[in-house]
Amino acid sequence: MTDVPAGSAMAQADAASRTVPATRTRPQKPLRLKWLVPTLYIIFLMLPIYWLVNMSFKTTNEILSGISFYPANFTTDSYVEILTNPVWYWGYINSITYVVLNTILSVCVALPAAYAFSRYRFLGDKHLFFWLLTNRMAPPAVFALPFLQLYSSVGLFDTPFAVALAHCLFNIPLAVWILEGFMSGVPKEIDETAYIDGYSFPKFFVKIFMPLIASGIGVTMFFCFMFSWVEMLLAKTLTSVQAQPIAGVMTRTASSSGYELGLLAAAGVLTIIPGAIVIYFVRNYIAKGFALGRV
Amino acid sequence: MTKTYNNKAWFLVLPVLFLVAMNAVIPLMTVVNYSLQETFGDNLFFWAGTANYEAVLSSERFHTALLRQFIFTFTILAIEIPLGVAIALAMPKSGPWASVCLVLMALPLLIPWNVVGAMWNIFSLPDIGLLGWSLNSLAGAISSLLNLPPDQALTFNYTNQIGSAWFVVILMDVWHWTSLVVLLAYAGLRSIDDAYYRAAKIDGASRWAVFRYIQLPKMRQVLIIAVLLRFIDSFIVYTEPFVLTGGGPGNATTFLSIDLVKSALGEFNLGYAAAMSVIYFLISLFVCWLFYTLMTQSDAKREYEQ
Repeated sequence: MTDVPAGSAMAQADAASRTVPATRTRPQKPLRLKWLVPTLYIIFLMLPIYWLVNMSFKTTNEILSGISFYPANFTTDSYVEILTNPVWYWGYINSITYVVLNTILSVCVALPAAYAFSRYRFLGDKHLFFWLLTNRMAPPAVFALPFLQLYSSVGLFDTPFAVALAHCLFNIPLAVWILEGFMSGVPKEIDETAYIDGYSFPKFFVKIFMPLIASGIGVTMFFCFMFSWVEMLLAKTLTSVQAQPIAGVMTRTASSSGYELGLLAAAGVLTIIPGAIVIYFVRNYIAKGFALGRV
Repeated sequence: MTKTYNNKAWFLVLPVLFLVAMNAVIPLMTVVNYSLQETFGDNLFFWAGTANYEAVLSSERFHTALLRQFIFTFTILAIEIPLGVAIALAMPKSGPWASVCLVLMALPLLIPWNVVGAMWNIFSLPDIGLLGWSLNSLAGAISSLLNLPPDQALTFNYTNQIGSAWFVVILMDVWHWTSLVVLLAYAGLRSIDDAYYRAAKIDGASRWAVFRYIQLPKMRQVLIIAVLLRFIDSFIVYTEPFVLTGGGPGNATTFLSIDLVKSALGEFNLGYAAAMSVIYFLISLFVCWLFYTLMTQSDAKREYEQ
């Protein structure tokens, strides 16, 4: 594959199915039940989410009084509470702040590094790449306490920067890995032609190369967003009050004022929404991105 | 692609090196430092040499946590990999339904891990959760069908039954992560040129032969990534089982990370916890190296063939 394969595999399959429809239809086989497998799987995926949404519209008393499949006394009190109480909505703002910071930082530093790995051999390149990957494999529980000391000593404790920098531990290696895969799909002749035409490296990189791997950058940003958004152990450890992520708010409120299940459920539902929006935008690139550009 | 040998490329890598080294090397040094010392509080530290490592390696608690961890990891791999491949094979190949499937399936991957734990906690509550209630109703029906006496009747309660707790923890992980395998396998399947299928049809290949000799080899690369990611992520799992069961009942679902945090923050046994961290990290490093070698070897083989 020579060009940037932005969903081109999918496009090929499309084209093939249009031009040669005969190969797709197999009338002799009863394949009609095939749709059942993904459908059942999706139902299984949606059941806990349905239950969470269902609970978020109930009062805590109704939840505790027994099982019911839909809210008898429909109430949006929990949502109103979250959207009007600063403790709650600042949790969301803090979370999104460090996630965005981390995504920008990771992609910006990973771009040149991935270019180096995909185009050049240099002293210790393989070892360096492996070492980067090992950090993706480091258990966050191992690093929680040392991180706390590190970021306290440089005065970043309880700021979004601490979490954004800490999440670089696993997001930068991942970003380098994905971008390297996408960049290796761009033929080297393009670089050489641009240099002959008199482009300097920064100008070539921004004007010509980055548009070529735009889909790869999008996928990488998606992954950085995803792993920073879902990670909560480090985020909770490195913050206390000022920069508390939504996870911290959730545990605190759940323990101090009894066990407010309705509020907890509503907060959970609201954490699903940013992810759902992001997925919708990258839906055509997800499959390729998950293969880390290596298909 | 032939790469140019140029050591100036190091300059492009420097920012990454700086950021990751700050986040990886300094904390790791801290951990190693602690692991070699003994403390009785008040910031007084004593040189302990390898005593902490010996304590970890000979402790029953570490062995059982490690065993539990491996059982968990291999169980979820054995379920998620075949299930993910099967679902990817059955998914629509293109069109709006493919997009709908992808978006809905990717949804669990973007839910914060503590919310996943909390969600399954609520979902599985024996009396007011959908799963717990359904399983209890089913268990009740089976018990009355078999005429079991009341004290032997089947019930489901993950807060005090080891089997139920394991069932919920594994089901949660399958729910959470099978989609990753599906999406990877789907990406692999989409990259297969239609010519292969036509050739197989002309040869009169069976469905199984198509899978075994066309689809599986083409998916090899992505499946290695899937196994690698699932192995590592399940090996370092902390938040979801901790929120769901808190490591209980007793210590039944205390995996390595949970055990580590318990001894570091709960019991403040820093030296022991640090030594455990180092051993834990070395184990995941070893597995990572194994997979990396496997992957680069198959990369090299592929380039050689081309």
